Amino acid sequence: MFEHLSDPTIWGIVILSLKVAFLAVLVALPLAIVMGKILAGPAFLGRSLLSAIVHLPLVLPPVVTGYALLIVFGRRGWIGSVLDDWGLGFTFSWVGAALAAGLMAFPLIVRPIRLAFETQSSDLNDMAKTLGAGSFKLFFKVALPLAWPGIIAGAVLGFAKALGEFGATITFVSNIPGETQTLSLAIYTLLQSPRGDGAALTLIAISIVLSFVAILASEWMTTSAQNRMER
Amino acid sequence: MLTVRCKGTIGTFSISADIEAGVGVTAIHGPSGAGKSTILRAIAGLWHPLEGYIRVGDNVLLDTQNGINLATKNRRLGVVFQRPLLFPHLSVADNLRFGMSRRETGFDGVVGMLDLGGILDRMPKNLSGGEAQRVALGRAILADPQILLLDEPLTGLDDERRSQVLPYLERLRDETTIPIVYVSHHRDEIMQLADLIFTIEGGTVKQELTPREFELSTLPKIVTRLDSA
Repeated sequence: MFEHLSDPTIWGIVILSLKVAFLAVLVALPLAIVMGKILAGPAFLGRSLLSAIVHLPLVLPPVVTGYALLIVFGRRGWIGSVLDDWGLGFTFSWVGAALAAGLMAFPLIVRPIRLAFETQSSDLNDMAKTLGAGSFKLFFKVALPLAWPGIIAGAVLGFAKALGEFGATITFVSNIPGETQTLSLAIYTLLQSPRGDGAALTLIAISIVLSFVAILASEWMTTSAQNRMER
Repeated sequence: MLTVRCKGTIGTFSISADIEAGVGVTAIHGPSGAGKSTILRAIAGLWHPLEGYIRVGDNVLLDTQNGINLATKNRRLGVVFQRPLLFPHLSVADNLRFGMSRRETGFDGVVGMLDLGGILDRMPKNLSGGEAQRVALGRAILADPQILLLDEPLTGLDDERRSQVLPYLERLRDETTIPIVYVSHHRDEIMQLADLIFTIEGGTVKQELTPREFELSTLPKIVTRLDSA
């Protein structure tokens, strides 16, 4: 198994997966923070519908989500055809893999963030208002820093999901080595081939290590955030 | 200095107040659930009465007849509630500075007056109840308020802590010119601090008393009789 650790294609797959997952979380996180804040806020007409739409990728078969992406962002899709004219097509590119991964991870990122906003005391908010804080200051100086543990949790959960995404990715951007073949896709492919077991095991081990590191990092960030509050 | 006239309801509980007060400490006294805090929240813009008129100095904060209703952030208040409500993610110094965008100076003066110099770097979690409430007071003063609203600021503290914070409230009254509205159900605190007292019962402001009248009205019956004899 260890002889594969010196194989550059293995590391190519790992780096590609990390690139995809990072981009997915990088783009999804700010949107998820806004969405979490909206869903945690006062009720409005259509909030349940919005919440349902956000959570849809969680319950839909991933293949369906991938196909939906193809319809919208594919070469001949509604948005995809326009983007393609500008040379910004998603299909068969790693950016498309990040889009699929980000969409699949989105509900998992939103959830803890929404919870973090929901549990914030409205008294603290009122206090900030009496001290002259407008909505901008309320959000950036009070709500956002207090939601920090939820944001970290969402980001890590989303990163792990993005790293392991399979169904939507393979449907939307296919399984192209070096471009869209992420960890899960590579493991799947290797397991299909007669002598791929060794390399597959290496990738599986790497996946476990990566997931572990992500969780440990989130633990560390949450504790250090709490420690800052206990000085 | 302060005019509050308002009527409104919270569920089935109706509130009505008519208060006219000058500088110094105006106390609102009454049992728990009488509506004291609601009147304070109305001044702060955190509760909106059906009809009302609230003025602090020359600033009209609320005038339902003329459609004036200033947002809380524009009312230039300093509020201290029963709980200190410090921002847990900010140090004492940063808590104190939170409302300071409205003024430039005075930080050191307030820190000195409330003896906060030794705890500026600490986080709220590591403060005692009395310290936290002093920080809350300082933060309110540093927001450069036209009026200070204190809602049972000592109620969450035990007797010892209370006697530690009370002198600071007296200093605040004596060393600043900010008018103070002081809500409490504690007779002693009110007698020690107030210049004018409004009593409230069942959501309605009943009486306007001087400290002397207040003292007499709250004495046990037998003593009152002796006094008037």
